[in-house]
Amino acid sequence: MLLLKIAFRNILRNRRRSALTTSAVAVGAAAMLMFGSFITFIFEGFQTSVVQQIGHLTVFHKGYFLFGAGNATAYGIDNYKEVMSAIANDPVLQPLINVVTPTQIIAGIAGNFEGGNDAAKTFFGFGLLPRDRDRMRQWNEFGAGRVFPNDSRLSQDDETRGLVGVGLARILALCDALKIENCPSPPAATQTGGNAHRLPRRNDVLELAGREGTDKAGESGQLPRLDLLSATANGAPNVVSLYVAGTDPKDTKEFDESFVVMHLNLAQKLVYGREEPKATSIVIQLKRSEYMERARSRLAELLKARHADLEIRDFIERSPFYGQALQLFRSLFLFIAAIMGVIVLFSIINTMTINVMERTSEIGTIRAMGARRRIIRRQFLAEGSLLGAIGATAGLLLATLVTLMVNHAGLSWIPPGNVSPNPLRLDLSGNLGLVVGTWIGLTLVATLATLIPAQRAARLPVVDALRHV
Amino acid sequence: MSSTANQFAARLTHVAKNYKVGTVDVAAIKDISLDIPHNCFAMIVGPSGSGKTTLLNLIGCIDAPSRGTVEVCGEDIGSLSDDALADFRARNIGFIFQSFNLVPVLSAYENVEYPLLMASVPAAERRERTQAVLAAVGLVEQARQRPNELSGGQKQRVAIARALVNEPKMVLADEPTANLDSETGAAIITLMRRMQSDFHTSFVFSTHDPQVMLYADEIFAIRDGLLTEHKPGDH
Repeated sequence: MLLLKIAFRNILRNRRRSALTTSAVAVGAAAMLMFGSFITFIFEGFQTSVVQQIGHLTVFHKGYFLFGAGNATAYGIDNYKEVMSAIANDPVLQPLINVVTPTQIIAGIAGNFEGGNDAAKTFFGFGLLPRDRDRMRQWNEFGAGRVFPNDSRLSQDDETRGLVGVGLARILALCDALKIENCPSPPAATQTGGNAHRLPRRNDVLELAGREGTDKAGESGQLPRLDLLSATANGAPNVVSLYVAGTDPKDTKEFDESFVVMHLNLAQKLVYGREEPKATSIVIQLKRSEYMERARSRLAELLKARHADLEIRDFIERSPFYGQALQLFRSLFLFIAAIMGVIVLFSIINTMTINVMERTSEIGTIRAMGARRRIIRRQFLAEGSLLGAIGATAGLLLATLVTLMVNHAGLSWIPPGNVSPNPLRLDLSGNLGLVVGTWIGLTLVATLATLIPAQRAARLPVVDALRHV
Repeated sequence: MSSTANQFAARLTHVAKNYKVGTVDVAAIKDISLDIPHNCFAMIVGPSGSGKTTLLNLIGCIDAPSRGTVEVCGEDIGSLSDDALADFRARNIGFIFQSFNLVPVLSAYENVEYPLLMASVPAAERRERTQAVLAAVGLVEQARQRPNELSGGQKQRVAIARALVNEPKMVLADEPTANLDSETGAAIITLMRRMQSDFHTSFVFSTHDPQVMLYADEIFAIRDGLLTEHKPGDH
């Protein structure tokens, strides 16, 4: 207690010097806290976006994850309803799970042959249950993402409805029909683009679909219709009609130009025809991300006992960009933290070296009175630590103030993987690890920085110290 | 502990002390042997550069002799480690400096209390002893004041109180009146003399002021690092 009291008074003794030193620590702490909370916000937003789309965990048929893109139908889960039921009713998993839903991935050719159009394009499609999609898109554990209202464009009951990427809509000449802004129609001569020579033409598809070429409206009223052509699990060509209820823009151009989302039943009908349908995967969205390891471990036990042909992948494995971006930002944070640490280190070394020099005679007096070397060492260490602690606390207050200002400024940004802006919100209170880590880290750096001056002070010969003017 | 423990506060036997100034060896003390009895008011006198301060440093166990032995309160200080020496000083020796050397961030009370804190004296006893010694030097009113709020004489009183609070066997003072006017200096010497008597301790201090020498029980005169005279004082 005496150490701290003397340390505190000595800090006040050189107010200007101490103020400059603590300011350096405070700026370092504030920079680390602000950047750290910004990174956390980015990743919470990013994670929210990813988890809303692909859940936390996905069950695949073994081998699908590595090889399934070549032939998705060969890796279908044929008893997926039974597996889903086992997962949903497991007493350990049940309280952890928000949504368990099947998906069907499908690739093929989409064609718009209505109203005189003759446009076709390869597509990459997702069959899912609209009700589950709505629930998944409302997951927002961290409050850092965008909560989507129920999407009435897809219907749980009308399996013919679907959405397409804006790019695909443009290529398939759906811009006018879907009333998309800034979406030019393709020139008539190149309506089928560079694929015209090899994609199926209007009559081929209509013949496969068993239609006469009449442009009658489907069950979905006046919505534009696409014909989706794909190969069934047996290799036979199959065609279904999809009524496009709107667009769902994607963040990468290539994906946006081939994206189709539809009802699971329609996707299964296209792939399996009249056969018993399978699912490509079972997506599990948890209530909280922190449950992931626990849920994965339990899920592995469950599958091992009853469904050994299945495997589990988490969203980080499925979305490698997430892991890479996380690594990049962590490296950036460490780099900034290292720079701030070095600034704090040299500020404290400089201040404490001057303090030792100025108080040499005082050190000699205290040593003459019977203080051991370690008392002198502790005295200066306490002073350096206190400088660090005061600076780190000031930095925390500064960061809190700036955070409040940023949050009230109404700023927004577009997180990776998103196409629409989210409100920018920095949160220090939910970042206790960062706050405590920064505070302790900088106080430790300050203490370490004092080691050399403190050691020098402790080693001063008493007589020389007393003689110092 | 040697047999001198009960006879002398300090005994120096053929002590020499050399300093290195650049590449030159300077002999501050050439060969001095002397005994300082218990409960006496001893003075080391001599002109500037004669080795008074060096001799006090050796007796105060804050410097080691280049040659010879220094026994303080019966302990051969040459055999003690740095930590043991520090503990020894805390128990047995008090210091009063020419420039007072008070810790500026502590009040008069805290400065006096400081040696007791280092000796881990319990709080109640610490308070009692600090107040008593502050009362003895007449500084109860100024107890809460910081050194920069005190006059030179008051600062030296605080230093005397601090040197005595641990009830050391010996108090060393290096020209304690040099920074004071003659009236205050005389008052301080009188106070020290009284304290020496009240606390039954030995006071050893260096001076070249003939007026101060009038108070001495023992006078050790040194010149050029050698003891030139040892005589009883006029007191």
